[in-house]
Amino acid sequence: MSRVVNRLANMNKTTRSSVFTYALVVGAFVILQLLRMTTGLGSVLEGQLIPICAYVTMALALNLVVGVSGELSLGHAGFMSIGAFLGCAAANGLAELIPFTPVRLGVAMVIGAALAGFFGFLIGIPVLRLNGDYLAIVTLAFGEIIKSVLTNTYLAVDKKGLHFSFLTDKNALEEGGLQLIRGPMGVMNTQRISTFTVGFVLVVITLVVIFNLVNSRTGRAIMAARDNRIAAESVGISVTKYKMIAFVTSAALAGAAGTLYGCSQTTFVATKFDFNTSILILVFVVLGGLGNMWGSVIAAAALTILPEALRQFADYRMLVYAIVLILVMLATNNPAIWGFFARLRERREEKKGGAAQ
Amino acid sequence: MSRTPKEPVKLVPVPSTNKIPERDIDKSPILECRHLGIDFGGLAAVKDFNMAIGRTEIAGLIGPNGAGKTTVFNLLTKVYQPTRGTILVDGVDTHNMNTVQVNKAGIARTFQNIRLFSNLSVEDNVKLGLHNHINYNMWSGILRLPRYWNAERLAHERAMELLSIFDMGYLAKYKAGSLPYGDQRKLEIVRALATNPSLLLLDEPAAGMNPSETAELMDNIVKIRDTFGIAILLIEHDMNLVMGICEGIAVLNFGQIIAKGTPDEIKNDPVVIEAYLGKRKEA
Repeated sequence: MSRVVNRLANMNKTTRSSVFTYALVVGAFVILQLLRMTTGLGSVLEGQLIPICAYVTMALALNLVVGVSGELSLGHAGFMSIGAFLGCAAANGLAELIPFTPVRLGVAMVIGAALAGFFGFLIGIPVLRLNGDYLAIVTLAFGEIIKSVLTNTYLAVDKKGLHFSFLTDKNALEEGGLQLIRGPMGVMNTQRISTFTVGFVLVVITLVVIFNLVNSRTGRAIMAARDNRIAAESVGISVTKYKMIAFVTSAALAGAAGTLYGCSQTTFVATKFDFNTSILILVFVVLGGLGNMWGSVIAAAALTILPEALRQFADYRMLVYAIVLILVMLATNNPAIWGFFARLRERREEKKGGAAQ
Repeated sequence: MSRTPKEPVKLVPVPSTNKIPERDIDKSPILECRHLGIDFGGLAAVKDFNMAIGRTEIAGLIGPNGAGKTTVFNLLTKVYQPTRGTILVDGVDTHNMNTVQVNKAGIARTFQNIRLFSNLSVEDNVKLGLHNHINYNMWSGILRLPRYWNAERLAHERAMELLSIFDMGYLAKYKAGSLPYGDQRKLEIVRALATNPSLLLLDEPAAGMNPSETAELMDNIVKIRDTFGIAILLIEHDMNLVMGICEGIAVLNFGQIIAKGTPDEIKNDPVVIEAYLGKRKEA
């Protein structure tokens, strides 16, 4: 046991923070599963488990762009909606082909992630060559465009193949045909195949991808491009390429989170993934701290439960939500509180120093 | 990590007064600028800049403030695209290249106003210099394949080796931004060296250093040239440093070269003295 403690103490800061994040996520999963098996969680929390996993993934993905790569994206809900619509459409379409639901969900997530990543790539080509706030503006527009496009998309499948239209759902379907995306009515899932376990696995995969990416040659280059563009280019690092890698990876993870979220709902519409959702995810990232992954996990989980937990305030719910948010921001940025923790750390180190003498 | 031998390039002789050390005279110069110039609007910041640097030469570029010295560096590294003229790096024309490609072609630089990756550790800064010599891709990194561990171990060893040039190994874990000014300048040199250049551009390496630090830096610049067998071009206002280690010196004033030669020739050149101190009033 003491050996483990020693190893933890000797780790550098980044390794320690990633170990803590894994422990946090796995611990929370084990506790919640135990509670579910024994006493039950109550319907409110039970219903929020999968959305929490989806939003935690979203927050981690956005943190890769905002915190690690230093670019502002205001359209991440757009990538989430691509994942939700196309991933869930794929899941429903593949229902007969792959009867085993976790595998079907996995395949759907891969499809959702790939398509969201592809759209991220398309947006990145013109925008990531520029400096400054262009990415924020273009992603904001992208989020709105994708919402409008998906609201007017009709997709159906039957024995002849896929039917696609922007105009009408009156596709001449053969018998046994299936409406996958029904325009303004959104997607209706035949089965809700998302489970908490799959959500947990997605969060862990996201953490592995992000931590391993950041602590590698590629991640170093991404952070170098953020810290000093001219210096990065002067040592032979192509800034555009690495900003693109961060952005596409983030978009793909957001797509997978969208599939997870979509497949947990009986039905959902494109307007669910609007500008407000993008900002909400940005709030998770800012509240948790830029580049701080465990902060994103906690902020996303807490702020997803909070509106549900505040239902007793009825009409004043959003008011209380805003007040809590402001208080948390004030508290986490409070120098007095930081000073308190710094003193604690100093005292601990003094003790350690004394023991060594 | 060894440099791949390049095809010998036949050079067109240019009429210029380029002076390169005798030991380098039989080899093609590592850098050659022909009639280089750039305009900012109507202002010709650099005009008709001709220079050749030998393979293992330590060359100096001096001149009064605002003469265009840093602009020349920015032209060589393609931070600015030249309006006129040609830059040949090891005989290869760089006119279609960007900053990244010029670095791969063999030019590395430091900056007058330090540009480190200040939120990253000292070791990571050096590893970023090694970036193009670390051989594994993004997927090996994410999946932590054996390739990743091998390449990272090699990169770590190489980074520590490079840091030991300036005895900075013990600083490896610190944040680059938290280092004292002198160490930050040295770290920039180490990072530039890590890219395995054949020509190193140093923009005021001794700025902000005291005389003993400057003396140590002079020894280290010569040591770097001897160990790595590379050419070094430096901008510096400290004349002890310039006259002490540079073999060839070019003096720039108002964007034009006004004198070229050995330190002794430059010291006694009336044109140079006039540029720095002004003209003696005739009685």
